[in-house]
Amino acid sequence: MKYIDEFRDGELAKNLALSIGAEVQAGRSYSFMEFCGGHTHAISRYGLSDLLPPAVRMVHGPGCPVCVLPIGRVDMAIDLALNHGVILCTYGDTLRIPASEGLSLMKAKARGGDIRMVYSTIDALQIARDNPAREVVFFAIGFETTTPPTAVAIQQADKQNLPNFSVLCCHVLTPSAISNILESPEVRQWGTVPLDGFIGPAHVSTVIGSRPYEFFAEEYRKPVVIAGFEPLDVMQAILMLVRQVNEGRAEVENEFSRAVTRDGNLKAQDRVAEVFELRREFEWRGLSVVPYSALKIRRQYAAFDAERRFDLDYKSVPDNKACDCGAILRGVKKPQDCKLFGTVCTPENPIGSCMVSSEGACAAHYSYGRYKDMH
Amino acid sequence: MAEAQGKIRRGYVRPLDLKQGRVDLTHGSGGRSMVQLISELFARHLGNEYLGQGNDGAVLPAPTLAGRPGRIVMSTDCHVVSPLFFPGGDIGCLSVHGTVNDVAVMGATPLYLAAGFVLEEGFPLADLARIVESMAHAAKDAGVPVVTGDTKVVERGKGDGVFITTTGVGVLPDGLELGGARARPGDAVIVSGSLGDHGVAIMSKRENLSFDAPIESDTAALNGLIAAMLATGADLRCLRDPTRGGLAATLNEIAGQSGVGMMLHEKAIPVKPVVAAACEFLGLDPLYVANEGKLIAICAAADAGRVLNAMRAHPLGREAAQIGEVIADDHHFVQLTTSFGGRRIVDWLAGDQLPRIC
Repeated sequence: MKYIDEFRDGELAKNLALSIGAEVQAGRSYSFMEFCGGHTHAISRYGLSDLLPPAVRMVHGPGCPVCVLPIGRVDMAIDLALNHGVILCTYGDTLRIPASEGLSLMKAKARGGDIRMVYSTIDALQIARDNPAREVVFFAIGFETTTPPTAVAIQQADKQNLPNFSVLCCHVLTPSAISNILESPEVRQWGTVPLDGFIGPAHVSTVIGSRPYEFFAEEYRKPVVIAGFEPLDVMQAILMLVRQVNEGRAEVENEFSRAVTRDGNLKAQDRVAEVFELRREFEWRGLSVVPYSALKIRRQYAAFDAERRFDLDYKSVPDNKACDCGAILRGVKKPQDCKLFGTVCTPENPIGSCMVSSEGACAAHYSYGRYKDMH
Repeated sequence: MAEAQGKIRRGYVRPLDLKQGRVDLTHGSGGRSMVQLISELFARHLGNEYLGQGNDGAVLPAPTLAGRPGRIVMSTDCHVVSPLFFPGGDIGCLSVHGTVNDVAVMGATPLYLAAGFVLEEGFPLADLARIVESMAHAAKDAGVPVVTGDTKVVERGKGDGVFITTTGVGVLPDGLELGGARARPGDAVIVSGSLGDHGVAIMSKRENLSFDAPIESDTAALNGLIAAMLATGADLRCLRDPTRGGLAATLNEIAGQSGVGMMLHEKAIPVKPVVAAACEFLGLDPLYVANEGKLIAICAAADAGRVLNAMRAHPLGREAAQIGEVIADDHHFVQLTTSFGGRRIVDWLAGDQLPRIC
């Protein structure tokens, strides 16, 4: 497959692994956080850690849209489906996130909720057109990658006069999450989470560009290398990060130059700015309440805001006490450090959200890498 | 009065309207309409000496192999595919292939099929005729007649057009033992061809996802290919058709039953570029996508060459390949060396494969 196979070439990987091995300085260790679940998935799926020298440690970050969605938000979506009789449209991964009372969207569907998996916001709009007598709500989750399509859907619904369409907006912002991690006591004060640099998001950066990360490089002295989601991208980014660390640099470098520019996709940014504004605060799973870290729908488009239309209130719901998703999302713990991992909590019966999506650190390690813990 | 009676033609029933007609509740009510549907549609296409007996059950000769009695193998499968017609096939031929294959992978020669239809009120008779014709072709090609059947009609909204359950009976020679518990460390793991074709062909036609992929379902009866493999006399341990859950589910099943592990090699696993591309943008893994005309064979390593040669000489096994080995592993993991040079587990699927968001 052109443009794919080139980035999964085993021979090139070997050479890159040799280069990384040659760059790594004796007695020094390197901890890099891959922010995105897409990178976490690639690292596990291609067995990338087998190729890295032991001195390089990858820390999984919170960039998995499903993982950071708090229980209370899923509860709102379930409430819409079960108690307001709406057709709830959602992206596939979201269906299995555990919510209150042992429910998930999948289980709510079995209880009679009209919950439909869609591949894009266009499908949700079509469902609204096809069912003019029903309320259709799109459960909008994700980082900056999925935000522009939601903005476009709201503007189209406005133009096409689709009064039965609305959006439950749970879009969150990458830079806020990175700031939150860098400001956390584990990283800043106690040093319990050593972080020598970041692998910056791939798809998110195609939208927001590389500029927003410059602040982290300058202010926190952490190198950032933006990388694509293919395994060779990740290897190359690790090599670039090791070099920055060795040379004492803290810069934003762009490995994913085939898709990411410094300014990003300005048209998409404009659409997002037209439809959304900052939320004063938003609860993240793992990071708790983070100020100005998410988006809400502007007053101009209030008619399409499901929270207003159905008068929904957000109620914070604590995670299962034994679940370590929070610490795992901040890089403080590894999946296998959690008592529930692989015992009570498995992909078939997830307790925490990190075990749901294949991008989640726990699901990725359970599905692809757990043999390493057992032999 | 006498004049009116004279106009009634004895035994005349207006034929089924196979162009515009639709299934209605009378077709399942046990009355004349039901008999008519059976005779004008099912019996017409599927007819044979056993189905023609017209009794509540078919009377069949005792199965023999070269004149000697064998053991009976029986398997049943419900088919609920959506859409009913897809590139490369339809629910009709699928319902024949699925059950013929389930019997054949036991090492048995499939002999007879039974078919049960659940029809939804309002279903077009023209579509039903297409499905039954397709079944008839598939049954004829596989050499396995449909000898008995049943039809029920459910109210509109209580079915999804057509559900078909088929049951197959076959005969297995004494001494031939194939089974999921027989894999041993060192054995070869073989597939008969490219993976994921059926699942991707179906997905390409789903209502909310239609995309143009020049890909057809691989649905096919494997009894001919299996007969050729058995004829080599190779030490075959287990045959399976990797349908739902794909290669991954089937190998995990065998690993668990046999108490062994497996080591696969990603580079050796045949996947068509168009299937790989579709899976790539849908966020799916072809190792978990369904097949309907492929088989997995576990055989003694020393016999792998012989088995592969026999498979490649058959039209349905041209792309057969050894994709890995059985290994000793107390955890019964199916593992994969990635073409990238790393290693990972090929785990059971948790529920359906759902597309990722990012």
